[in-house]
Amino acid sequence: MVNLKINNINVTVTDDITILEAAQQYNINIPTLCYYPDLHINSDCRICVVEIEGYKGLKTACSTPVREGMNILTNTPKILNSRKTITELILSNHDASCTSCIRNMSCELQSLAKNLGININRFENVLEKKEIDDHNPSLVRNANRCIKCGRCIDVCKDVQAMHVLESMGRGHEMEIKPAFGRYLSDEFCTFCGQCANVCPVGAIIEKDNTDIVWEKLYDSNYHVMVQVAPAVRVSIGEEIGLETGLISNGKLVSAIKRLGFNNVYDTDFSADLTIMEEGTELINRIKTGGVLPLLTSCCPGWINLAEQEYPEILPHISSCKSPQQMFGTLAKTYFAEKENMDPKKIYVVSIMPCTAKKYEATRRELRIDNKTPDVDIVLTTRELGKMFRQMGIDFNQIDEVEFDNPFGISTGAAALFGATGGVTEAALRTVYEILNEKPLEDINFTSVRGMKGIKETEIKLGDLNVKVAVSHSLSNARILIEEVIAGTSPYSFIEIMACPGGCIGGGGQPYGTTNEVRLERIASTYLVDGNMVYRKSHENPSIKKLYKDYLIEPNSSMAHHLLHTKYSPKNI
Amino acid sequence: MIEQIELTKRFNKIDPQSINDFLEFDGYKVFKKVLTMNSNEIINEIALSKITGRGGAGFPVSIKMSSFANETGVKYIVCNADEGEPGNFKDRYLMEKDPHQVIEGILISAYSTGASKGFIYIRGEYSKSIDIIRHSIKEAYKNNYLGDNILGSNFSFELEIRRGAGAYICGEEFALIESIEGKPGRTRVKPPFPTQQGVFNKPTLINNVETFCNLPFILRIGGNEYSKIGSEYATGTKLISLTGNVNNKGLYEVPYGRTIREVIEILGGGVKDNKEIGMVQLGGACGAIIPESLLDMDIDNEKFAIFDSKMGAGAIIVMDESFDLFDILLKNMEFFQHETCGKCMPCREGHIQVLNLIKKFVRYSATKDDYLSLESLANVIHETTLCGLGQTSMTSILSTIKFFQEEYQQRIRESLFKEGY
Ligand SMILES: Cc1cc2nc3c(=O)[nH]c(=O)nc-3n(C[C@H](O)[C@H](O)[C@H](O)COP(=O)(O)O)c2cc1C
Ligand code: SF4
Ligand code: SF4
Ligand code: SF4
Repeated sequence: MVNLKINNINVTVTDDITILEAAQQYNINIPTLCYYPDLHINSDCRICVVEIEGYKGLKTACSTPVREGMNILTNTPKILNSRKTITELILSNHDASCTSCIRNMSCELQSLAKNLGININRFENVLEKKEIDDHNPSLVRNANRCIKCGRCIDVCKDVQAMHVLESMGRGHEMEIKPAFGRYLSDEFCTFCGQCANVCPVGAIIEKDNTDIVWEKLYDSNYHVMVQVAPAVRVSIGEEIGLETGLISNGKLVSAIKRLGFNNVYDTDFSADLTIMEEGTELINRIKTGGVLPLLTSCCPGWINLAEQEYPEILPHISSCKSPQQMFGTLAKTYFAEKENMDPKKIYVVSIMPCTAKKYEATRRELRIDNKTPDVDIVLTTRELGKMFRQMGIDFNQIDEVEFDNPFGISTGAAALFGATGGVTEAALRTVYEILNEKPLEDINFTSVRGMKGIKETEIKLGDLNVKVAVSHSLSNARILIEEVIAGTSPYSFIEIMACPGGCIGGGGQPYGTTNEVRLERIASTYLVDGNMVYRKSHENPSIKKLYKDYLIEPNSSMAHHLLHTKYSPKNI
Repeated sequence: MIEQIELTKRFNKIDPQSINDFLEFDGYKVFKKVLTMNSNEIINEIALSKITGRGGAGFPVSIKMSSFANETGVKYIVCNADEGEPGNFKDRYLMEKDPHQVIEGILISAYSTGASKGFIYIRGEYSKSIDIIRHSIKEAYKNNYLGDNILGSNFSFELEIRRGAGAYICGEEFALIESIEGKPGRTRVKPPFPTQQGVFNKPTLINNVETFCNLPFILRIGGNEYSKIGSEYATGTKLISLTGNVNNKGLYEVPYGRTIREVIEILGGGVKDNKEIGMVQLGGACGAIIPESLLDMDIDNEKFAIFDSKMGAGAIIVMDESFDLFDILLKNMEFFQHETCGKCMPCREGHIQVLNLIKKFVRYSATKDDYLSLESLANVIHETTLCGLGQTSMTSILSTIKFFQEEYQQRIRESLFKEGY
């Protein structure tokens, strides 16, 4: 422990932390800009400067370790003037058209300027306008808003091990963009959107599809239905200013109904269906000596990586469509037939925690009859929040409403899909009981829960002891995949999610998705599971009925035709 | 005598391409003696000498060496020969006129700190230096001054050349390390320091060419004797690159403690065409600009604190009375605006604004507010930037605000009457 003074307050902290962390422990607020809790310290913005007695110049709190006897001041006129000057400088090379920016009121630069009391900019605007990259279905990169904080590079490089974004050029001409000045594309970017999530300003954002949805909602030619992904119900609260990790089910459904959708359905339903299909695929592969380990397929960010860089791994990936796509398919087949509707008139909207899902919905493979997309349009959690704000919906003033049927009934297992390890836990609950023909003693697989990068567990299936592994974030995925390719993987089943924490930490989730926030959303996810009547996918009565009425049995040829897909290498 | 010839003693007396010439002129003799000493003894002599780094920052050499010597595992030595500071050419002379002296200095440092591999990072434009050092390294290998079991001892050392990437920032230690690793030259956040995690994240000791060249000298005469050369603030001799409007431009070696005026008047032969001195910039683009009245300052590190700066690498750039202060500042700022690496925000976004403000002074369209913005911005860049580039780039502005205040005020007054163009 070391003792020091911050603003004349005596502070005692461990000796392995920075001044910023010490200040935070004592509720002393030091403003920051490029700093992001889970990323490495770049110390580029210099906003967090403080004065330390006996030290030359100002020092950045984010990078300076505490020392015994330090006497630190965090808000002298000199410091305030420095922070203001740097902020003015940043603004002088920025397209500060705040009121027409998607980040208006959620922008970290804007709130910094406000808190510092910037009411004039002494410096000339020197921004040189650059082309906006709007060439893919998921993300838009607007370099005119980029403040070159480096967060996106770090998350893409260190967390995702993708190295898509780089800083290029020197000095004032330095830019942050994909190498060789390319547009973001499905040839090398996974569209995971982690960069968009950490960007403090409106420089990388999701492709905003809310206008299309509004149009369709008021177009009487369409029957517009919506599905809501598991991870959205534990994060939407944050998006509309309520507490972190708040579980909203009934109010969420009610609010979405108010937007005018004909039906509000639950992706949890198709998550249960995924477990039936994928679980059966696993059982078959184990029984018949098929390709193992089986790798999950519900994350389109991960599928992008596999197709881009690991063609050898493709046979390992489950042929199941993701829950979002299974839902879309059923809406335009089973539902359309049942309701006697033209599938082309059914418009399927998804609310997803994810930007890669926007891309997934456009994939050629994922269309019924090769033309009509399973899912028409995807909105992120953040876009849903935007629609609520556009409509002026206040969660405090609406009732709770249930999801519509037939795609509204789901299990706790499906709810788990939102968190890393959840697909595995859901699959094990079902596969164990089907294969062993007896109930599980403890359905909670706690060893695959939580934020550890790679988790594993073992389960007895028949006479076999089967090892399974779980990874989240693509840097961890690469470790497991490379083992599989090298032939040294001891696992039979591997769950891979591109985003840290799984979908609850997705690129389309509310801003400020730090690991601390992820843990709260994860905790809420397990509460949702615990409160469900059914907690195993094969017990879902709607799913049973679906097989009885339509799909016959898991992996039937009908199921294969509708619910499965294939992958092909890119860049070849 | 103004000069004291130690590091330059072999200049023009030997064929730099010949190791035999060097050997005949006492070359590698000190290194052989050092091979019989242990690490503590050597570093102790260097500590006694009180030598500080000659690359610009003036950090005590022995402190860095002993903390590096305490690190274990693979360790690297880097000789910083990037010499990007405008007005400096001492490192080039040292490499081209006595290359084995550089190698001998590196060997002494490596032997005493337990490093097994070294890099000489030479400025890309210095083709001749690169050729000569390359040849000398080859000769040193041939004669077993480099390689395995040097001169039959247990000490082995590899030395390689790295060609600089052509940017000023690459002389900054961490940017240089990144450049050696094949990455764009940008600095890193400290701590950890290079002696803890440098090239390929291994402990790395970086010193300037001239610093290395002092080591054979120190160990030849002993740290104590060495410490008697110079002034009470700085010991040893300093190579001065004298340029500008003087009659005898060139490289001079003087003991610390000589005044700037002595160097200009006696060694430089005074100002050309009998003009008056207008101003003198010390160290290079990152150094202070001072008026004639301050030329009786000693050349040393400590007294320069009044500029909040140091002598830097040792350039003295003399400008006669015909030069306009703001033209000079404009050149300086164009240089830094071009050379900022772009990593940290006040440096990246600040220099372009400083340049804009200086342009207003050049064009006679500066207001009092412009002056206040300039002063405030220069201080913020100086105080808040991440690396030495931004921390020192404003020295010319801040020192002239101090010593040439009247010229700023005069320009603002004149701007009122002249049409800005
Ligand atoms: C922008 C910048 C450029 C620098 N360029 C050089 C250089 O060209 N040569 C050099 O020896 N040191 C240069 N330095 C200083 C080095 O960072 C480092 O302090 C020096 O190499 C240490 O050696 P010394 O202790 O022997 O002086 C530069 C520093 C900065 C901030
Ligand atoms: S979407 Fe993901 S992979 Fe693509 S640039 Fe952003 S962080 Fe990198
Ligand atoms: S795009 Fe956003 S996160 Fe990336 S450097 Fe620019 S401002 Fe920072
Ligand atoms: S001070 Fe300038 S050169 Fe140094 S890190 Fe910052 S931007 Fe780069």
